[in-house]
Amino acid sequence: MLKPLEITKKPARNYSRAVMAITWKDLAAELRSRELLSSMLVFSLLVIMIFYFALELDVKARNGITAGALWVTFAFAGTLGLNRSMAVEKDRGCLDGLLLAPVDRSAIYFGKAISNLVFMLIVEAIVLPVYSVMYNINLFNPGLLMVTLLGSVGYIAVGTLLAAISVQTRTRDVLLPILLFPLAIPVLVAAVKASSGFLLGLDMSEITPWLNILIVYDIVFTAVAFMVFDYVVEE
Amino acid sequence: MSPQSRVLKVLNVISAVLVLAAFLMAMFYAPLEKVMGEVQRVFYFHVATAWVGMLGFIAAAVVSIIYLRTQDLKWDIIGLAAVEISLIFFGITIVLGSIWARPAWGTWWTWEPRLTTAAILEMVYLAYLLLRQGIDDPERRARFGAVYTLLGGLSVPLTFVSIRLFRTIHPVIIGNGGSETMAMTGSMVATMLFSIAAFSVVFVTLFWHRIRLGQFSNKVEYLKMKASLTEFTGTTH
Amino acid sequence: MIEVKKLVKRFGLKTVLRGVDFHADAGEFVILLGPNGAGKTTFIRILASLSRPSMGQVKVAGFSLPDQSAAVRQRLGVVSHMPLLYDDLTAEENLQFYGRMYNIDALQERISTVLDLVGLSARRRDMVRTFSRGMQQRLAIGRAVLHDPDVMLFDEPYTGLDQDASEMLDVVLKNVAAAGRTVLMSSHDLARAEELGTRFDILTRGIISASCTRSELGTRNGSFIGGNLLTFYKQALAG
Repeated sequence: MLKPLEITKKPARNYSRAVMAITWKDLAAELRSRELLSSMLVFSLLVIMIFYFALELDVKARNGITAGALWVTFAFAGTLGLNRSMAVEKDRGCLDGLLLAPVDRSAIYFGKAISNLVFMLIVEAIVLPVYSVMYNINLFNPGLLMVTLLGSVGYIAVGTLLAAISVQTRTRDVLLPILLFPLAIPVLVAAVKASSGFLLGLDMSEITPWLNILIVYDIVFTAVAFMVFDYVVEE
Repeated sequence: MSPQSRVLKVLNVISAVLVLAAFLMAMFYAPLEKVMGEVQRVFYFHVATAWVGMLGFIAAAVVSIIYLRTQDLKWDIIGLAAVEISLIFFGITIVLGSIWARPAWGTWWTWEPRLTTAAILEMVYLAYLLLRQGIDDPERRARFGAVYTLLGGLSVPLTFVSIRLFRTIHPVIIGNGGSETMAMTGSMVATMLFSIAAFSVVFVTLFWHRIRLGQFSNKVEYLKMKASLTEFTGTTH
Repeated sequence: MIEVKKLVKRFGLKTVLRGVDFHADAGEFVILLGPNGAGKTTFIRILASLSRPSMGQVKVAGFSLPDQSAAVRQRLGVVSHMPLLYDDLTAEENLQFYGRMYNIDALQERISTVLDLVGLSARRRDMVRTFSRGMQQRLAIGRAVLHDPDVMLFDEPYTGLDQDASEMLDVVLKNVAAAGRTVLMSSHDLARAEELGTRFDILTRGIISASCTRSELGTRNGSFIGGNLLTFYKQALAG
């Protein structure tokens, strides 16, 4: 009935192809449903507005607080997206489908992490200009954009791993932020300080230490997640 | 139930005697600190409990790696014991720190880097316990617990570095004294070292007890399951 | 093609499989029967490399588990009672995705062949969300045969299907099995099992307690009237 296939083994190519396939699949599904991005975005905009009333962000207060307000927004929106993106895999058994594929399991981690990162960057790309307009602050600053990227990489690196853990527990809806926030403190502190450093036009010597922390965190946690992901998905 | 081994029984007594001795030393042997007065005596226990908390933290991180390598549930019991002891002792450290901070700086809480890191570490531990609570399969619980402890072991030092950096860039007015600038006399150093040694023994004793408790609770779980299985099928397997 | 010796699986203190011995050759269609909680799903998950054996030897398609799991997964197709499909992708996109995960060459051509096989060519550009349960299950089978596996595992594939959908699934399953593959299927539906299977194994209390081939069914119990799968199953459970 079916023609037999010649399946040749090209492990290296297979790995990157699998990573890209997962990212492509997530983006294609999201492009159609827009469930994840729209909820992340609406949530972010609400948080930004709440900050106005909660902190009375007048012109003077803004400069000092903007970086903090932005990162709190990104962190919360990020957990929404991370939770959802893993729940999609778990609910319909698709995680098993991924695990059945003949690729190293860390390819699944990288595929999911890249698509999560893309979602977070899209949200940030929309939130930043909106914040600029609403609070009349110029956020188009190459330094700030770089910090946003570095911070998001670290946050997503550890967040994707923890989402894979929390989705397999009974308390999964509430667990992810509880697991993630205490571990993400170095990223959040460093990202806030570096962002506000760039916004306030501080000397690079004051910003560099924070960038170093971000880079170290990104490298360490990506490497560790790569090493331990197997333990998170096996049975 | 296997009774406590002789070594453990001896350790129980030694721990009690050592803690009592450390208490007496702090109260009567160590001299009165001039600036702080009597409340400074809390310092000896503050340092010693922090030391035990630190031992537990390191033990938990090391044991998590051993568990992931061996997949032997015995290491999960040991890891949980280390986390719980560290949680309790850092908790005591924070409370003692507050008792110190109130007269010294006029506030119960300061965002001092070590104290703040300890508080964040407590949050990591609580998250760890909540994670374990949400998983029924013991092997998965152990695996996820070990992964989380390992991540905590890596992130907490970075947290400390970043909070420290945070403080140097933002100097605060209060709390420029503290333990660093406290002039310590010889008998004060002796008391502190004795206290640390005493609490190290307490750590070993408690660790041992907690591991035994973990083994017993596993055994109880096993017997319960066996009993319910017998009820269900009418036979024992 | 599947060879299992003294397989033990424990979840913590609970022992689910207590020494399963199992063997299936190429071309066999083995049906795994047994009451709920007997360990059928656990057994299939171990063969699928989704779960690690606690003890014992497991060989699938000539490779041992868990050491050579990537090689096993390359030669293995799995269908469970969950479809393992993405609702927001079309039938074709789902197969494209899995085809890339399996690194299949000439993918587009292969997808067309498979969609024909499972009778979904007309719906290839529709989202899986709009499919009925039966169509989803057929697409799930298409997903499982996409990489032309030697061994196929079906875990209760009929769960939640109505009469029509079940009959269509029968046809697809027969086609899939016809290509000389080794098939292992767990099921509760004895009538359907009797029609499809070439051998019937019974898993109770964590071991394979009885086994008989289709040709043995009529004679085994010495009674020609009651000599069907149902009597065999009941006797196996009782004894």
